[in-house]
Amino acid sequence: MALTEKDVRYVADLAHLELTEEEMKKFLPQLDSILQYMEKLNELDTSQIEPMAQVTYPSSQHPSLRADAPRKTFAQEEALANAPEQGAGSFKVPRVIEREE
Amino acid sequence: MAVSATARTKYEAVIGLEVHVQLLTKSKIFCSCSTHFGDPPNSNVCPVCLGLPGALPVLNREAVAMAMKAALALNCAINSRSRFARKNYFYPDLPKGYQISQYDEPLSQDGWIEIEVEGRKRRIGITRVHLEEDAGKSLHEGFPDSERKSYIDLNRSGVPLIEIVSEPDLRTPDEAYEYLTRLRTILLYLDVSNCNMEEGSLRCDANVSVRVAGAPAFGIKTEVKNLNSFRFLQKALAYEIERQIEMVESGESIQQETRLWDSREQRTYGMRSKEFAHDYRYFPEPDLLPLVITEEWKEEVRRSLPELPQSREERFATTHGLPRQDATLLTVTRTMAEFFEEVVKGGAEPKLAANWLLNEYSFLLEEAKVGFTDFPVASADFAKLLTLVGQKTISGTMAKEVLRDMIMTRKGPDQIVTEKGLQQINDTEKIAAVAREVIAANPKQVEQYRKGKTATLGWFVGQVMKATRGQANPQLVQDVLKKELD
Repeated sequence: MALTEKDVRYVADLAHLELTEEEMKKFLPQLDSILQYMEKLNELDTSQIEPMAQVTYPSSQHPSLRADAPRKTFAQEEALANAPEQGAGSFKVPRVIEREE
Repeated sequence: MAVSATARTKYEAVIGLEVHVQLLTKSKIFCSCSTHFGDPPNSNVCPVCLGLPGALPVLNREAVAMAMKAALALNCAINSRSRFARKNYFYPDLPKGYQISQYDEPLSQDGWIEIEVEGRKRRIGITRVHLEEDAGKSLHEGFPDSERKSYIDLNRSGVPLIEIVSEPDLRTPDEAYEYLTRLRTILLYLDVSNCNMEEGSLRCDANVSVRVAGAPAFGIKTEVKNLNSFRFLQKALAYEIERQIEMVESGESIQQETRLWDSREQRTYGMRSKEFAHDYRYFPEPDLLPLVITEEWKEEVRRSLPELPQSREERFATTHGLPRQDATLLTVTRTMAEFFEEVVKGGAEPKLAANWLLNEYSFLLEEAKVGFTDFPVASADFAKLLTLVGQKTISGTMAKEVLRDMIMTRKGPDQIVTEKGLQQINDTEKIAAVAREVIAANPKQVEQYRKGKTATLGWFVGQVMKATRGQANPQLVQDVLKKELD
């Protein structure tokens, strides 16, 4: 197994997830097997192939761009309708800023 | 803080700036919501910029064109193919949990800006100019429950930004200030952003490190944020450089971290590093196609570029023969530069036009509390006024009065001059008549003059000017008086 518990904790941390010991035992081998499977792809020689992130490309006929024309969608009340907490026309969340020396 | 002068010269600072600029498109970068500043919170939002599930981004053509304009003006190479990437981090004003930005294939790269500090010209490299979306706005203060709550307005979420990253080529706070000034002037000329630091349409972060002067390797850098004015940038850099030198001098090691400038306390503070773990796990944005810039589009944008400030300054100095300082001042804004050119085209003598624009006109506008860009005086009228001055139809003092009236009443100079009967008196006969009266009334002074006290002539000129309420041409008055007295 190449993946370590430390790696999993780090990734979980970045995703703001807290894993129990049990979950760790379950996810570590699962993640590891996924990575190993992906490793298999590295066995192929792709040195002659241009890397690509998308399979489609825009053409000059279909440049996939929008005209700069503003349009109204939601009114403020609609935008805030599903907010767990709101006030002064804004979404309210637990205070975020903190700093220390 | 006290760093000795010797320590200060022993070290040099290495500074790079990351500048974010909001583009002046009407709609957002990936959706059709308005970008209008100052609307009620959360009134310009839609599923895309609120990050609702299933919403898909579509790129704004104008945002790309404006970004290209900036990149070309900053001497960057445009990549015919670039792509967008997701930058992942958690913050409440980033509803999707990622910002759509560009990473390994930016829109453009490898440009430069020329700066001049203390007479020394330097080229500052620009690493890249890329497109991205702005985040929303968090309000941490000003509400009764601000101790516990932050308020989020997502109107700004999805407003198009360009990020302009400089090479670590800057060495002093003054150079950084000059770089940012030049950059801002260029962007204002291009009309791609209003570059207002207070409103946040131009934001600047600085990467700073220090090293023994001339050392090949860089020191460990800190990133200084919250620099929301040109003055703060200079002060924060000066503070941070001093802080780092002091640490290095006393054998401490500098921590790579993000620091916030506190303008009230005039110092920088370290931010809790855990919350800003810089692992953004960039990956290609699957919801957007790669951005393809054709040669034709690029050339079309290149042709639309206006003449840039530095080239205009050069031209004003050489073809119009203006002093360098005037040429610089006239080209600070494109509107001023263009107004000057129109006035000159309207027939005014360039040096006279430069003087009047930079001195009398600026002074009178300030006095009347009228903005230059309100254009209270049409360039053609301005040119006409200066022609009247040039032809000595009116004196400089009178022209100033006329200009003041032009600003207030918006009437043309001819009309005001006629209405007020301000034409300069160039009629020798008329002047001679007045001169003779003055001479007759002052025999004592005449005697003095004839006895050789020729300085009395000045007194006579003054009397004639007074009698004509300053309208007589002073040169003619002098000539006529001499003739009459001798």
